[in-house]
Amino acid sequence: MSFFIEVVVGGLLAGVMYSLVALGFVLIYKASGVFNFAQGSLVFFAALTFVSLTERGWNFWLALLVTLIAMILVGIAIERTVLRPLVNQPPITLLMATIGLTFVLEGASQLMWGSQPHGLELGIPDVPIEWLSQKWNINISQFDLFGAFVAGVLVAVLALFFQKTRIGRALRAVADDHQAALAVGIPLQHIWAIVWAVAGFVALVAGVMWGVRNGVQYALTFTALKALPVLILGGFESIAGAIVGGLIIGAGEKLAEVYLGPYVGGGIESWFAYVIALLFLLVRPEGLFGEKIIDRV
Amino acid sequence: MLYREAGQFKSTYAADQQIFPILQDRIAMLALLVIAFVVVPLIGNQYWFSAILTPFLVLSLAALGLNILTGYAGQLSLGTAAFMAVGAFMAYNAVLRIPHMPILGAFAIGGLCAAAVGIAFGLPSLRIKGLYLAVATLACQFFVLWAINRIGWLSNYSSSGVITAQRIEILGYPIEHARDKYLLTLAIVALMALAAKNLMRSETGRAFMAIRDMDVAASVIGIPMMKTKLLAFAISSFYCGVAGALYAYCYLGTVEPEAFTLDLSFRVLFMIIIGGVGSILGSFLGAAFITLFPIFLNVVSRAIEATLGIEMSHAVVSNTEAIIFGGLIIFFLIVEPNGLARLWQIAKEKLRLWPFPH
Repeated sequence: MSFFIEVVVGGLLAGVMYSLVALGFVLIYKASGVFNFAQGSLVFFAALTFVSLTERGWNFWLALLVTLIAMILVGIAIERTVLRPLVNQPPITLLMATIGLTFVLEGASQLMWGSQPHGLELGIPDVPIEWLSQKWNINISQFDLFGAFVAGVLVAVLALFFQKTRIGRALRAVADDHQAALAVGIPLQHIWAIVWAVAGFVALVAGVMWGVRNGVQYALTFTALKALPVLILGGFESIAGAIVGGLIIGAGEKLAEVYLGPYVGGGIESWFAYVIALLFLLVRPEGLFGEKIIDRV
Repeated sequence: MLYREAGQFKSTYAADQQIFPILQDRIAMLALLVIAFVVVPLIGNQYWFSAILTPFLVLSLAALGLNILTGYAGQLSLGTAAFMAVGAFMAYNAVLRIPHMPILGAFAIGGLCAAAVGIAFGLPSLRIKGLYLAVATLACQFFVLWAINRIGWLSNYSSSGVITAQRIEILGYPIEHARDKYLLTLAIVALMALAAKNLMRSETGRAFMAIRDMDVAASVIGIPMMKTKLLAFAISSFYCGVAGALYAYCYLGTVEPEAFTLDLSFRVLFMIIIGGVGSILGSFLGAAFITLFPIFLNVVSRAIEATLGIEMSHAVVSNTEAIIFGGLIIFFLIVEPNGLARLWQIAKEKLRLWPFPH
């Protein structure tokens, strides 16, 4: 039993890490209807910039601040150069543009900082929490718990930002209806730039957390692929969906790996998340929390 | 002046409905085929055949397959490389396990197996739409590669799933030289392109387009949703499967499952976006662009190195190439979202009026 709990909790905490990446996708999709495939590259870019700055002897907070500013600038630049000219194009064109963007971002970050992998350390060791493992024989990583805590704080901050600030309300208005938002005088393009900047901030947080976990290397760009099943499971438009989807995928994936994996030869984590998401989609084609798709002829 | 349809009267329905109703188009197409089948084999060299022309043709076929599904039937798919992998590995197994298997039959078996996989992974499309479907097709991409790596039977229990394509022989004539492989690929691609062009002019093709434009309306006017969508997946995967088999037999020779990663799927998707969604010609133009451009960039970077006399590190060159490639794709999407095929159409319209545009 304790092993089962350990697997489930471990999976849930791993799922939180997926949610961190998925959040960035959701923010941009909600506000501008762009399926931003470049989120994984943004994560990579942020983590690589941050780790390179700290390795050059910069203070932790200063490096974080500079990286944050860089991410905001990148976000604004993307909005200016890529999305603004592509307004009103079909979703697939926008998707392809963001895939083109991944080439640019990955090339640029490796050109600037080199392509060798880096280690990243936050001072929180990736070891089981002692009293838990002693008392109930459950091994839960300290770092995973910290990751969940960071994700919780991030969601709380985002929720506050969306509910209580003027910009946040404008963002929600744009997400609900572009034209109505324009009609009441919300500057659409500023809002998009802000959303991309916020997504850059989320990418920074995700990049640092994933960087500590797996090291800062090119493979970090694949975190986007981990976040995709979370997204379709939760629904593209829902922040709550990103969190709940992450938890379901994380727990399901770990359980399948432990209990199903040995029978089929292991290594199923590359696709099992998609199967879970597909099963949910067959029941609700727009994801658990997505907006209901209504077809009108 | 040269490109004008005035005076070309049609007196039969057949003449009215032919693929190229304008005489100049027919001549141009014939000239193109003659060049591809006769002139190029005479003047081309080993490098051109094996490194440029064959991959271009193979990827055109894959792009054509994806275009049938995405461009005509409107179902976004990111699993192209997986279908190609199925085609390649099943063609290999067909030759390996069935005695006296003719190679073209093996290609067809590869395509049919890919079509079966396509139908299986097309089933969710009955319920899931748009970007959700695109992400769902990623399941196919990852599952197929995993299965090929995991099931030893598929790669004849070779280490790490690498297969080596057998010798190709058609009617006792061995196909070994790069030129012969190019000709074989060209013949298959030309025939399948013709079939695709005709398919899209038929009832089936029109049903695909109706579903793409609005599936609820299509089902209201009596187009069977399930049959048509699954047929689109089947035909598209068949094309991709044959392309995968050609990729293995005529281009790579030795194939590892990692040749068919998500990257390849994206490249094929780029081809149809850059070339033109919903256009047969666009598949070829896009494939030409995506295969030739990296080679072009490489040549340019080497020329820059030679003229400036500096040695750039490999990492710098490849990263710069990635940036330029990505930037150019974005640029293309911005200036011509309908792709190269649209540019060609505009050129033809201009040509009709030339040299008196008023």
